[in-house]
Formats: sequence, structure tokens, C-alpha cells
Amino acid sequence: MIVELGHFALVLAFLVALVQMILPMWGARIGDVRLMGVGAPAALAQFGLLIIAFSALMHAYVVSDFSVANVYANSHSTKPLIYRISGVWGNHEGSMLLWVLILALFGAAVAAFGTNLPETLRANVLAVQASIALAFLLFILLTSNPFERLDPVPADGRGLNPILQDPALAFHPPFLYAGYVGFSMAYSFAIAGLIEGRTDAAWARWVRPWTLAAWMFLTVGIAMGSWWAYYELGWGGWWFWDPVENASFMPWLAGTALLHSAVVMEKREALKVWTILLAILTFSLSLMGAFLVRSGVLSSVHAFAVDPKRGVFILAIMLLFIGGGLMLYAARAPSLRQGGLFAPLSREGGLVLNNVLLTTATGTVLVGTLYPLALESINGAKISVGAPYFNATFVPLMVPLLLALPFGPLLGWKRGDVAAAMQRLMIAGLLAIVAAVVALAIVQRGPWLAPFAIALGVWVVAGALSELAFRVKAGNADRAEVFRRLRHLPRSVYGTAIAHAGVGVMVIGIAATSAWQSETILTMRPGQTVQIAGYDVAFTGVAPAEGPNYREVIGLMQVSRGGSRITELSPSKRQYNAPPQATSEAGILNALAGDLYVVLGDEAGDGAWSVRLYFNPLVRLIWIGAVIMFIGGACSLSDRRLRVGAPRRARRRLPAAAPAE
Amino acid sequence: MHALIRTVLLLLTLALPGAAFAVQPDEVLKDPALEARARALSADLRCLVCQNQSIDDSDAPLAKDLRLLVRERLVAGDSDAEVTTFLVARYGEFVLLRPPFGAHTLLLWLTPLLLLTLAAAGIGWRLLAARRRAPTSAPLSPEEQRRLEGLLKATSPKD
Repeated sequence: MIVELGHFALVLAFLVALVQMILPMWGARIGDVRLMGVGAPAALAQFGLLIIAFSALMHAYVVSDFSVANVYANSHSTKPLIYRISGVWGNHEGSMLLWVLILALFGAAVAAFGTNLPETLRANVLAVQASIALAFLLFILLTSNPFERLDPVPADGRGLNPILQDPALAFHPPFLYAGYVGFSMAYSFAIAGLIEGRTDAAWARWVRPWTLAAWMFLTVGIAMGSWWAYYELGWGGWWFWDPVENASFMPWLAGTALLHSAVVMEKREALKVWTILLAILTFSLSLMGAFLVRSGVLSSVHAFAVDPKRGVFILAIMLLFIGGGLMLYAARAPSLRQGGLFAPLSREGGLVLNNVLLTTATGTVLVGTLYPLALESINGAKISVGAPYFNATFVPLMVPLLLALPFGPLLGWKRGDVAAAMQRLMIAGLLAIVAAVVALAIVQRGPWLAPFAIALGVWVVAGALSELAFRVKAGNADRAEVFRRLRHLPRSVYGTAIAHAGVGVMVIGIAATSAWQSETILTMRPGQTVQIAGYDVAFTGVAPAEGPNYREVIGLMQVSRGGSRITELSPSKRQYNAPPQATSEAGILNALAGDLYVVLGDEAGDGAWSVRLYFNPLVRLIWIGAVIMFIGGACSLSDRRLRVGAPRRARRRLPAAAPAE
Repeated sequence: MHALIRTVLLLLTLALPGAAFAVQPDEVLKDPALEARARALSADLRCLVCQNQSIDDSDAPLAKDLRLLVRERLVAGDSDAEVTTFLVARYGEFVLLRPPFGAHTLLLWLTPLLLLTLAAAGIGWRLLAARRRAPTSAPLSPEEQRRLEGLLKATSPKD
């Protein structure tokens, strides 16, 4: 009954979306306030209906209702509750339902908080948002219905792939989707702006918080996936340039560029045409990500849709929205007025450089991901484009970006004083050089570029802090004045500095772990000790254990350092019951300097086991950096001027709150 | 429907690497220099039956065979390039995770440069157009600059 209710709510949501698409847009066209007014309640109703549908499916999972085909295929009665819940989106149908739910959530947010938007813009945004929802709801209802029933009812389910039964992966998809789908707001605003022929600084100000929120979610979502891969896949890697990773990374890169170009548009009315294009492209890349992952066109670890009908359907959705958006853009963009001249060496110039490098990187990842497909369909040649290609092309693009990054916020608008910025970055530069020298002195081995990469990370972190120091006149004013300035600095300034510092922290982590990871592979007998990175790891044997839905063999590893015992690690090999599959759980000791990472291999006879040990220096900084970036985003988002629904109030108060620069 | 579910599950079990334990202790070569070369080579070679995994990362039996093959050739005295050539002759370019530079990969390798050139051309064109549209006035002389600053300071309130 509840399941049918969910199905019914889904159909109703489709109809509501249809209304929400047509009436407000028509109203905006003929200037009818009542028709435009339909948009907001429709968006809220659509969201409510999708919550009902989603809850119905979740209920079926929680109570293990195996009469539902989707539950049968992806759940099992012995699965712990949290994975029964996360199982809802751990499959194709459920994840598409989550996708439309988040889409509706963003629409509802505009309806609820966008009361300060001009009437027509709001109506058009809601209509465009509804058209996206409409396409995906149709897709779900026609090809991927999660509410399909089974007869006869099976006794138990097939279970969720055990490597997906993991806390980080349980929340990876919702964050990722909030990011992907969040960029639909930028798209809807861009299309609405193009329809009205009105895009100005105010438009950029309305778009920025949504883009920022989406970017924050995507950052965390990607970081979670990377973290999961790191500890679950068992070989200590954290990024594989897998096509599906690339599918999420491309919108992130483009979204990062969009965040920065929207600043220029808001502050200086420049880069308008480009920002609108970027808004369309960013969501297009999100759609393409959905297509690549959902259609299974790239045979990759995540692609679980194998039905070509679905692939073609999503391809059609993708072409419709990308093609439609770009056509509208081509028709309307020439009429957009360009504003604001600026010198190449200025804040705007810096942001343009940021955009050039980030979009080039996006394009490179895109071409690298699709090239093998394209080549094979053209002349049948099969080639592989893997991590070595991406590292060789991506890193050289990031180096100038990171070198230039600290300059950006220190340059003035219109015309920047590079010499003054350099002076302010003197300490940061010195710190970077010191870091390189220290890195060289501590570690003798590894690639010669590594100390330079560490220096680059330190440069970015110190540069971000230098900007704050400069703004509060640290060292130039008395303490009371510095504190006063610290208090009155806009939150967006803090946000920028924090997010930039996060990038630097991540770079340090990436550089250290890529260059100086150490690894030992050996067969160990009970009682044997092995040394790695200053740790003594003693293997004392194995012990069997049992979990809720698996049995495992645990390797007992005593870790000590300089004779004193630190901890015991217990890497294990698990055998899950449904589906029957073996996984390997790494034993990880995390310390400030890095992770000791132990994997238990196969039994080698006579009680001996093969064991693989890694030391990953500073690897945590990669995810800590991502979290810092998220915090920076949140800080910016809480800024009065950017706060959703507050800009009008804020503008009135701005003169009092803005610090003297 | 059942057949579909079964296929999905089969694919899931095949596609997702479970207990990843690639290089086995008994594969490791005695000579650390040779082993290091083997590892570096392996990282750039694709496990042909896997999804975007190098033979160094994969625990598939075929990846193991390839790892052993690479080590065999190295022990026999092959150079890195010779090992690669040997594998390409046997399995085609598909085995290389870093596609070789050639006519068919020209666009792939030149993409970053092409995009950067495009961006530079676009920006250059915009700058030129802007300059044509708005003839630049002569810059202020130091004296004028000082006077301007004095005026601004005198009239502007706080900012």
C-alpha cells in the first residue's frame, strides 16, 4: 500500500512539474502575476510529493519488503539498518529518485527563500527547474521505476555489494548529487536570464550562493568518495582518474571557475557572456556525468545501469538541455552588453587566468575521458587513457594556477599593483622556500619535483594567510585596531582565505603522499616483525570473527615504535553472505606524520600470510584540505551579502558593515 | 526482469574490485632496482580485463600474468622500452595507460595547448576590440595623480 502511494506521489509530482513548467513561464511572458504565482506553491508541492515517494521507497527498504523488485535486488534482511537506508540510493532506480528529490529541494528553496527575486525571474527560474525535473521524472517512470512489484514474493533479497556497505559511501551519493543537481540552479538562472535578456550584477549576486552551496556539497562528496577508495579498495590510492571520478571532477572544476567568474560579474559587470556560458556548461557537465555513470557507456567500477534503453533516454535528456541551453545562448548572448574594462594585471585579470586554467583543465579531462570512446567509434582503434595521461596534462595546468593564486585576492580591481602584492607575499615566499629546503633535508629519496610541490602548497596556505594579515594591518596597527578589523572583515573575505588555504593543505598532502609513500610486500609468519617508516610491525597470527552479515579473518598486528607499543592493527579479509563476496579491510594507524596502512593478503601455508604494508606520509591532509575548503565555502555563504534571501536588507546595511580598505 | 537483475549483480561482482591485493610477495624480484623498474612499468600498463586499473593495482589473474611477464623480460635484460614494445606487439596499444603520441592521439595530447591558445586568442581579441571601442586617454601624470588623490581623500567619507 505504502509502495503504491509512493508510486502515485511520483506520478503526481510529474504532473505538478508539468504545471510548474508551463504556467509561470507563460505568466512571465504575458505579464500575468497570478500565473507567475503558481510557480512557488507548485515547487513546494512537487518537493512534498517527492518526499512522500522517497520515504515510501525508504520504508520498503527499512522493513525489507522484498515484494518490491528494487528492494529485492539491492537489500537483504541481515543488512544493518544504516545500509538498508543507504541501499535506497545504492542502485540505479533509487539514485535517480534521490536525484529528482534534490532537484525539487533546490526548486523549493527558490520558492521559499527567493522572495526578493524579481517576479519574472523567479517564475522563469522555477519553470526551467521544473523542466529538468519533468525530464528526469519521465525517465524514472518510463525506464527506471523503483516501485515495481514482484510476484511471487522472494524470501530474501540479493543484498548490496559489500564494498558499498560503508559509512563514507552511505553519504557519498547524497552529497555528490546535491552538488551535481545544485548546479542546475546556475543553469536555471542562466536560462531565465537569457529568456528575459537581463543579466547584470544583481543576477550574479543571486546565482552565487546557489553555486557556492552546490560547489561545497560536490567538494565534500568527491572527497568522501576518494577517502572511501583510499581505505576500502585496499591499495592506498586516493584518486584513480577513473571515468566516473572524472565525471564528478569536471563539474567541480567548471563550478570552481564559475564561482570565480561570477565574482567578476557581480563586482564589475564584466565577463557576463562568459559567466552565463560557464553556468550552462557546468550543469551540462553534471548532466553528462549522470549520463556517463547511469548509461554504463564507460565500463567502469560504478556503472550499474546496463539497459541501453536508459542510456539513450538520458542521452536525449542531456542533448535537449545542453543543446537547448547553448542555442538560446547563441541567440541571446550577442545582445548582452559587456561592461567594465580592466588591465591584465588586476583582480579581474587574475580571475580570468583562473578561469582559463580551470576550463582548460576541465576540457582536458573531458577529452581524455571521452577520447577512447570517440576514437573507437571512428576507426575502431582501442586505446586506453589512464592516470599517466591525466597526471601529465593536469599537473602542468595546476602549477601556474597555484603560483598565481595568492596574488589574486591581493590585487586591486581594474588595475592591480603587482609590486605591492609581491611585497605583501614576501613572507609567504620565504616560508615556501624554507619548506622546500626542509623537505629536501628530511627526505633524500623521491622525485626532485616533490620539494617544489610542497613549497607550492605552503605558498598557497601562507599566501591566503598573508591576505588576511594585510587586510587587518597586522604589524602595522596597534592590537586594538587589528582586532577591530578582524571582527569587521566581511565573512566572504575569511571564506576566500580559508578555502584557498584548504587548496594549499590539499596540495601538500598530495605531494607528500605521491612522492614519499613507502611500501613493503612480504610473507609473514606469526612472530615475525617487519620495519616500515620507523614502525615495527609484529604479526602475531590470525583470528576468526563474525559480523552482522559477514565472517572474517583478522590479522593481528602489534605496532610499536622505538620499543614502546603503540597500538594493534587488525586488517581483515571478509566474506559477506549476500551477495557472497570477499572484501579486504585495511588496518590503518593514523598519526600526524602519516598513515600506517596494513592489508592482509592470502594464506601462504604453515600459518604464514602475505601482508602488504604502506606508509602514506601526510595523506590525511588531502581530505582535511577538502574539509577546510568546505568550511571556507560555508563561511562565505554566511556572509550577509551572499545570504540567500538577504541581499536587499544587506545592501542597506552595507556601508556600516564594510571595513575601510 | 530476473535475468536483468542477475546480469546487474554479475556485473557488480565482476566490476567492483573486492579484496585488492595486487603484487604478491613471491612475485617481487630480488634485485630492488629491477623491481622498482617493474613497478614503474606496471603502473603504466592496463589490466586488460579490468576497468581502468593498472596491472600494478589489480588482483585479476591476467594482471598477475602480465606482472610476471614484465619481470621475466626485465630479468632477461630487456630495457623498459623493449618491454613496452613487446607488450604492445602482443596486446595492442590498449595495454598502455599512457597513450603513445601519434597521428591518432594528436588531438588528445594537444588538447591543453589548443584550449590555452584558444583562450589566449579570445582574450586578445576582446582586449583589442575593447581598445578600439574605447580610445584610452593618456595616463595621469604623477602631479595629476597626487592632486586626484588629494581630492578623493578630501571628499570621500569613510571608504
